[in-house]
Amino acid sequence: MIKLQDVCKTFYLGDQAVHALDHIDLDVHKGEYLSVMGPSGSGKSTLLNMLGLLDRPDSGSYQLADTETAQLPEVERAELRSQYIGFVFQAYHLVPRLNARENIELPMMLAGVKAAERRKLADDVLTRLGLAHRAEHLPKQLSGGERQRVAIARAIVRKPTILLADEPTGNLDSHSGEEVMLMLEQLNREGITLFMVTHDAKLGARAHRHLVMVDGQIVEDSSTQGTD
Amino acid sequence: MIRNADIIQFSWQVLIRHRFRSVMMLLAMALGVASIVILTALGEGARRYVLGEFAFLGSDVLIMLPGKKETTGGLPPLTGTAARDITLQDVEQLSHRISAIGDIAPLVMGSAEVSFKQRSRNITVLGSTDALIAVRQLKLAQGRNLDVIDVDRASDQCLIGQTLKAELFGSDTVIGSWIRAGDYRCRVVGVLQGRGDAFGMDLSDSLIMSVAAAQRLFDSPGLFRVMMKIRPGYDIDDAKARVTALMKDLHQGEEDVTVISPDAMLSTFDDVLGAMTLGVGAIASISMVVAGVLIMNITLISVSQRTEEIGLLKALGARAVDIQQLFLVEALMTTVIGAAIGLTLGLSIVALARLAFPEVPFYTPAWAILSALSIALIAGLGFAWGPAKLASQLLPVNALYRRK
Repeated sequence: MIKLQDVCKTFYLGDQAVHALDHIDLDVHKGEYLSVMGPSGSGKSTLLNMLGLLDRPDSGSYQLADTETAQLPEVERAELRSQYIGFVFQAYHLVPRLNARENIELPMMLAGVKAAERRKLADDVLTRLGLAHRAEHLPKQLSGGERQRVAIARAIVRKPTILLADEPTGNLDSHSGEEVMLMLEQLNREGITLFMVTHDAKLGARAHRHLVMVDGQIVEDSSTQGTD
Repeated sequence: MIRNADIIQFSWQVLIRHRFRSVMMLLAMALGVASIVILTALGEGARRYVLGEFAFLGSDVLIMLPGKKETTGGLPPLTGTAARDITLQDVEQLSHRISAIGDIAPLVMGSAEVSFKQRSRNITVLGSTDALIAVRQLKLAQGRNLDVIDVDRASDQCLIGQTLKAELFGSDTVIGSWIRAGDYRCRVVGVLQGRGDAFGMDLSDSLIMSVAAAQRLFDSPGLFRVMMKIRPGYDIDDAKARVTALMKDLHQGEEDVTVISPDAMLSTFDDVLGAMTLGVGAIASISMVVAGVLIMNITLISVSQRTEEIGLLKALGARAVDIQQLFLVEALMTTVIGAAIGLTLGLSIVALARLAFPEVPFYTPAWAILSALSIALIAGLGFAWGPAKLASQLLPVNALYRRK
């Protein structure tokens, strides 16, 4: 599903080079549940952005669903993103002027899905995530947990193969955090490949495969359970 | 691929939910379009007003005035400085020897105090003949025209305008009454109809007497103007050449008069005033450029404020062209709505101005409306293009996390 080979990404802070990804090799199969842990600045988020085709590697190869993406034109990368990838961000990234339903409809709108069908699919996923009664509410009228559930709804409404979650519970209290985790894990059980970046060792331990990054390198890649 | 209807709806939501910003852009665009509509209406109104002032002469009238300017083309001299006056003998010669001339009206003009009983008034007094009515296309409301007499004979008849009649006579009988104009006494035989404004002169507040009488009144042997109506079927340019040639003969070979045809004068005025309308339109277009720059700035601010949103849309699968379209459609909507408001506002103000000043024919030409809308569209879209392109080219990760 995902194959990274010798991927490098370097940022420059003034004259100083920071190797965010330093010769990364990684194979991920469909349906895996991975956590990525490591200290701040270790390259976790850069790895996630790379996997989500939000950023390009300086060198190396990244194959997604057997398509080499590193040199792919932006328009085709957008198409792959739309087709395969869902994002859940720590800061939710909901559009403040759109209500919950409209936020969930966004990826479908960008993919050219008709309004009536969009609304039905959005309502289905809202119901599934227990947010049907909040469909017309703006993000500022929702709690942190509800916002993240709306973000998850938006991420899964197009039925992506891969879900990339960057600190999905980082801004939530423990109860809301647990609810969100259970939701993500349910999606993984249904076959979605779940990639989660976290600082929280307990959350990280819930994944089946654990990556630990330090200074842009994967220093540990261990499994506690086979893939489903 | 994002559907057109969704682009429109999404952009509409942005406009509605960022009201202040949208209103500012609409205002700039509306004022730009309105200023073009109003200023060109003023220019065109002035053009039509001036042309209307000369239109009473018709295209079959020649005007001769003393003095000769060496330059050709352009406006005729308003006051001639001639060595030799145009006399009534000249008028008689013209009338007899040039068959193209139908009615011929010599004109003497001055100012005199006119009185009737205890009432008096200082007004313009014209000296002419019965032909003036035909040449100037005047109409009589009461009474009759001056008698047909030899031009060099002073008669005691006169015509008066409506204002003069109202001021001097009130409810008294007019026709047949004797009035005094300076040292001269005349009998009113007719009252002119309407205002008869022309050249800034209000004929309704004037008196017309026989030309010989006016010459004596003002002690002026020379004529101020001679107006000639050319008979149907005769070429006006040919008639003009004949008049000029005959006057040269009569004045011992000296070409010391200017003969003008209203058509040539109108054409010059038309050119000058048309250029003025175009000029004020061009000046007003600058406001559209200012509106365009404002749209560019506001779109740039919008791109800056919505950088994360752009990153998010890209993360959710939007292509660069989708992002560009979203911003351009937003600018297009602002332009179209703003232009429509400006057009309505401008045309309403022009309509109000027509009501307030009915004598000036304010009118926005179709070309000005089309230009205003085209310039609005070009300015709106042209200036939004750069910021929209900038937004579309942002790297998703940089936009999403606001990285440089």
